[in-house]
Amino acid sequence: MGILEVQNVNKSFGGLKALQNVNLSVEEGTIHAIIGPNGAGKSTLLNCFVGKLVPDTGSVVFNGESLLGIKPYQINQAGVSRVFQTPEIFADLTVFENVMIPCFAKRDGSFEMNGWRSVSKDAEIHDRAEQMLTDVNMIDKRDMTASSLSRGDKRRLEMAMCLSQSPKLLLLDEPTAGMARADTESTIELLKEIQERLKITMAIIEHDMGVVFSLAQKISVLAQGTVIAEDLPDAIRSNPKVKEAYLGTAAED
Amino acid sequence: MLGLNKKDARLLLIVAGMVLLAPILLNPFPEGSAMAQFNAGYPDLMQRFVIFGIFAIGFNILFGLTGYLSFGHAAFLGAGSYAGMWMLKLLSINVIPAIILSTVVAGIIALCIGWISLRRSGIYFSILTLAFAQMAFALAASVLTPITGGETGLQTNLNDPRIFPEFLGGGSSVDGNIPKPSLFGLEMTDSYELVLGSWEWTFNWGFYLSGLIMLCAFYVAIRIFRSPFGLMLKAVKSNQQRLNYTGLNTKPYMLACFVISGMYAGLAGGLMAAMDPQVGAERMQWTASGEVVLMTILGGAGTLIGPVLGAGLIKYFENIFSKINKATLEVWFGIFPDWMTDLLVTIVYPFIGKGWHLTLGLIFMAIVIFLPGGLVQGGQKLASFARRDRKGGGVEGPAADQRNTPAE
Repeated sequence: MGILEVQNVNKSFGGLKALQNVNLSVEEGTIHAIIGPNGAGKSTLLNCFVGKLVPDTGSVVFNGESLLGIKPYQINQAGVSRVFQTPEIFADLTVFENVMIPCFAKRDGSFEMNGWRSVSKDAEIHDRAEQMLTDVNMIDKRDMTASSLSRGDKRRLEMAMCLSQSPKLLLLDEPTAGMARADTESTIELLKEIQERLKITMAIIEHDMGVVFSLAQKISVLAQGTVIAEDLPDAIRSNPKVKEAYLGTAAED
Repeated sequence: MLGLNKKDARLLLIVAGMVLLAPILLNPFPEGSAMAQFNAGYPDLMQRFVIFGIFAIGFNILFGLTGYLSFGHAAFLGAGSYAGMWMLKLLSINVIPAIILSTVVAGIIALCIGWISLRRSGIYFSILTLAFAQMAFALAASVLTPITGGETGLQTNLNDPRIFPEFLGGGSSVDGNIPKPSLFGLEMTDSYELVLGSWEWTFNWGFYLSGLIMLCAFYVAIRIFRSPFGLMLKAVKSNQQRLNYTGLNTKPYMLACFVISGMYAGLAGGLMAAMDPQVGAERMQWTASGEVVLMTILGGAGTLIGPVLGAGLIKYFENIFSKINKATLEVWFGIFPDWMTDLLVTIVYPFIGKGWHLTLGLIFMAIVIFLPGGLVQGGQKLASFARRDRKGGGVEGPAADQRNTPAE
């Protein structure tokens, strides 16, 4: 029984069947990659995990609780954090404020009327945010406005924001999309290090095969809305169905 | 001090000093001099400065922090005024219950309007608030005449019931005169006049009460800006999607912010009724809602002191600039030859008197284009110029450049 259990999920948009009988099980403490060619339904599946879409049928159970029909903020409070394809950060605020906000959300819950307390006197939150920024090597940029960061640093900041909540499950939607080679490698290192140190369960949607095979402990392959294989990386590499659907074309590039 | 950091505490002290000395600062020109018409230190206008300051501070908590542009804040201002008037008519002429009730009533109305309007954001939110405010205006002007007095409005009367005439000290009701709103017997219109040489300063009770309340309102606003709650509101403006995926429910934050902002407007409305006990439906009209938007943007949306400056500027223009007439202009330009005087008067005339809106519009355009951060940004630019001059003086060449770079 994995920490995230997806069973018989179907989702269609009009006549298009985006997901058909998808089954997936993410084991606690592992990095699980979901790959597939464009249009395979990867993002639709991810959106079903975070409350943005509700599947037509089937169940998504996280840690014994159903995630269907509850709001994104409730899913986050249950322990699921999400990294977006393009980093979603609070661009007008400083790096430090960006990290403080999830720390507050983790400690005080989804709403607290704390208009009389002072942000600058909250030592607990400050320590936590400083720790997180140190962990991703961004403490020297703490007073910069987030919008002025480089793409790679925005990604790091977003990671720090998600990790500051010590999530039980981290969802990553193409974390290295559009990154320079050096940034991609440093992101892989960062994710590996986080996984070793914190043992956070991660589900990654990724295009880049290099990233997938250097990170994932288990891989699910989606094609045309169905899971055609779920196995260890080595087995996936040699699976003929996967080669045909995905790697075959990728290998020719 | 008071849980504020040094910079905020200094700002609060400066504002407190300005309020305290306002009757002197606003009357810089001796009585009877040609410039005396630019003096703004008379009680009515000073009261308006601080009351509209409160209104704008409250509006800025909503617009400046969250970016939600409400076009219906006049509804809360008007509701506060009506509620305050009824307290003055029914309970006691003391202004304290009036001010408290006006704040509470505006808060309740803001809760209802916010509950519905906040289902949408952006332009749809603005339109919804505008619609509610216009409904409130129409109701006040017609259907609700028994409560609001319709188009004649509400005034205090001699035969008002006032069930507790002596409550909290009450007020004077001598010789069949209509009692004036008062605070523990001190009438709001009472003033102490000080004549010093050719200067005349008026220290008015009503102004100092409003000023004290504005200082409290300003202090609360600073606390909100610096609190986790304020940080979340800034985050709403910056990226609502991320905020939702960070485990925060934006709805109660927005509603709380809207209600607080509405209560500020109600407080301002209550004070207006307390300073000048008459209120009409026009206080709820959309022009009043638009005015507070102008004030906030002129001064600098999202800054602490900006809305107060903006309110001051607009009220100054409305009351002082509009009083300059053709005769005054002819006196000013009298030093030139006749033909030139006529020419100058013809050019300047459309911008003064009743044309003050034209000048205000030009100033507004200039500020929005050149100083999007409002008067506050202008002040900061001036300050940084001054600093650079002071630093750069004496040191020349690359050394000066090096020293100046980090400041930019």
